[in-house]
Amino acid sequence: MTFEYAPAPESRAIVTIKPKYGHFIGGKFVAGGKHFPTINPATEEVLSQIALAGKADVDAAVKAARKAYTSTWSKMSGKERGKYLYRIARIMQERAREFAVLETLDNGKPIRESRDTDIPLAAAHFFYHAGWADKLEYAGLGTSPKPLGVAGQIIPWNFPLLMLAWKVAPALAAGNTVVLKPAESTPLTALLFAEVCQQAELPAGVVNIVTGDGSTGALIVNHPGIDKIAFTGSTEVGKIIARAVAPTNKSVTLELGGKAANIVFDDAPIDETVEGIVNGIFFNQGHVCCAGSRLLLQENVAEEVLHKLKNRMQKIRVGDPMDKNTDVGAINSKEQLAKIIELAAVGDSEGAERWSPECKLPSKGFWFAPTIFTGVTQAHRIAREEIFGPVLSVLTFRTPAEAIEKANNTPFGLSAGIWSEKGSRTLWASQQLRAGVIWANTFNKFDPTSPFGGYKESGWGREGGRHGLAAYLKGVSHE
Amino acid sequence: MSDRIDVKKTYKLYINGAFPRTESGRTYEVKNAKGVFIANPCLASRKDLRDAVVAARAAHSGWNKATAYNRGQILYRIAEMLEGRRGQFVEEIVSITGATKVKADKEVTEAIDRLVWYAGWTDKIASLAGSTNPVAGPFYNFTIPESMGVIAAIAPEAPSLLGLIDAVAPIITSGNTVVVLASTKAPLSAMTFAEVLATSDLPAGVINILTGKKDEIAPWMASHMDIDALDISGLSSEKHADIKVAGAENLKRIHSFKSADPGRIIAFMEAKTVWHPIGL
Repeated sequence: MTFEYAPAPESRAIVTIKPKYGHFIGGKFVAGGKHFPTINPATEEVLSQIALAGKADVDAAVKAARKAYTSTWSKMSGKERGKYLYRIARIMQERAREFAVLETLDNGKPIRESRDTDIPLAAAHFFYHAGWADKLEYAGLGTSPKPLGVAGQIIPWNFPLLMLAWKVAPALAAGNTVVLKPAESTPLTALLFAEVCQQAELPAGVVNIVTGDGSTGALIVNHPGIDKIAFTGSTEVGKIIARAVAPTNKSVTLELGGKAANIVFDDAPIDETVEGIVNGIFFNQGHVCCAGSRLLLQENVAEEVLHKLKNRMQKIRVGDPMDKNTDVGAINSKEQLAKIIELAAVGDSEGAERWSPECKLPSKGFWFAPTIFTGVTQAHRIAREEIFGPVLSVLTFRTPAEAIEKANNTPFGLSAGIWSEKGSRTLWASQQLRAGVIWANTFNKFDPTSPFGGYKESGWGREGGRHGLAAYLKGVSHE
Repeated sequence: MSDRIDVKKTYKLYINGAFPRTESGRTYEVKNAKGVFIANPCLASRKDLRDAVVAARAAHSGWNKATAYNRGQILYRIAEMLEGRRGQFVEEIVSITGATKVKADKEVTEAIDRLVWYAGWTDKIASLAGSTNPVAGPFYNFTIPESMGVIAAIAPEAPSLLGLIDAVAPIITSGNTVVVLASTKAPLSAMTFAEVLATSDLPAGVINILTGKKDEIAPWMASHMDIDALDISGLSSEKHADIKVAGAENLKRIHSFKSADPGRIIAFMEAKTVWHPIGL
């Protein structure tokens, strides 16, 4: 007997999208010059025209941020700064559904995820950091830690509002002002956040939002009036930024790519593990830097896990992101879809075996069925390169030592997963893995109190927790 | 005055617990402040650096796994050995820099005390730089700092002994291994310090010491893909940008410091956060 799901669409009536947006500079929306469209990747419908910030716009934003920093924000007591952040957190909660719908329309992620993960976590980040604003002297950085000044922040399209929160909340709590650039393909929730800043009566210029593409990002990175760069995105761009700021005194934090191993030992609870594997790679269409994209199965349970995984994957619902029953939504852009298709084709040509459940994909929009490749070896490109899509590479191992060696055999070091019922083995593996976040018997969990960030080429610094706050404060001995 | 001829020491490198000559066969002349010949130390090459990195990488797993208590005892043991030979260090510093005996004595004292200070940090830094995180869900979540791997350091020209110890001690305190380039003009105390290390139960490869030219070795350190981070405190600031550009190839963490404090240990540690569900 087959159960059919009736459509359960979330209404989009709650959002009002303007036909055209400018930049948010000095507390006001200012008209942009050139514009580019932002589309709904699930339907290819043009949602709005977004301003492309050039040099003059970035200059104006930096100037506004500097003015707000020197005249207002750095002089205000932490107690008062904190209250603004609490206000922002509360307004985000009040308008959570609006944010969720807008995020799903602009990004293509399922409404279930934007509603239950992205937006609540974004608000939680502001609430958490609000409480730090008047407690900075207890952050372990000496008795009078100082803000850095104006922070330039460049965020990706996979968790648009959540990444904004990760960047803006600690920066403001520490006393910095910001110029933020949302991703080219997902600017709408950042622009709605600008309205939240207005409603919260945040002093003008504390938060400035300029929209644009990589050229706008480069203007921010290279701007002499900026003291700190915070970037989340690809390792390739991260290295360009690291080189660009080398001759300057700018501080930098980078959250970059990953190729996480998700290790399944033979004593793992198989059913929970299968759920964890699915969550690890298919959450947010696999557009997750910490996705569990390399599944390492102990040989004696590999067959059983794969069998159950394939069964489970047949029940994944791919389709309309606005449907409350949808598990996997649209690929964020045509360019990203092309990259996923290209790397999957490399998987075929290098001899790995591709499998996807049967699923009907909508005719319009950008879609890629959940896919696994078996028979993958460490030499395969799909085991080495970040695909950033719903594609899982499956490898096997015999001994725990071999699992660790394979897991660590990557220039990345963002996250890793361990599935085992044996506590001592789990802790041993978590010690051996060279990655900044280890999920044991769970995956893809995030929290504002929990530091997030990578080893090696996955980036510099942490976001979240006391460790993340340190990235926005001047330390003691450290130049 | 005895007419006995002194037995002079050949200054070599310190790699993997042994004292090899540079593979390049090169040396350079070191003179004291008055221009009198003192020694011909090794002019280390790129190959020497690579050999030292191989030794440091091989040593990392064991040193990282050693208990913090054990690392603390070994750091303390280094201080003990240095204390026992303080006269020799004072003499060398005086001979090479022309410093007064009082000043040289002060530097050696500080160097010994600094090692004792870091020895005490090995089993405390994790509680300072780690945390348990009260996440909003049924998970046990903690952050532990751990060593980064292989760190390369450029020691300052002066003070040659204290500067070297300020470079290497915070790096190895947390379980990293290090390749350090000693003061070019005053490399004697670095090479004599290697003799201290060799008798301190410090596993081979944990500290590797090269002598040579900063302009030659620093760029190779920056571009070496198996070095995780750099301490460039000993490099003049106008050279920092080029090193940072080269180091971006594998996103090395690159720092320089003005003083000794726990932040210097933490700068070469990675924070690892572990999640586990709580349930019956």
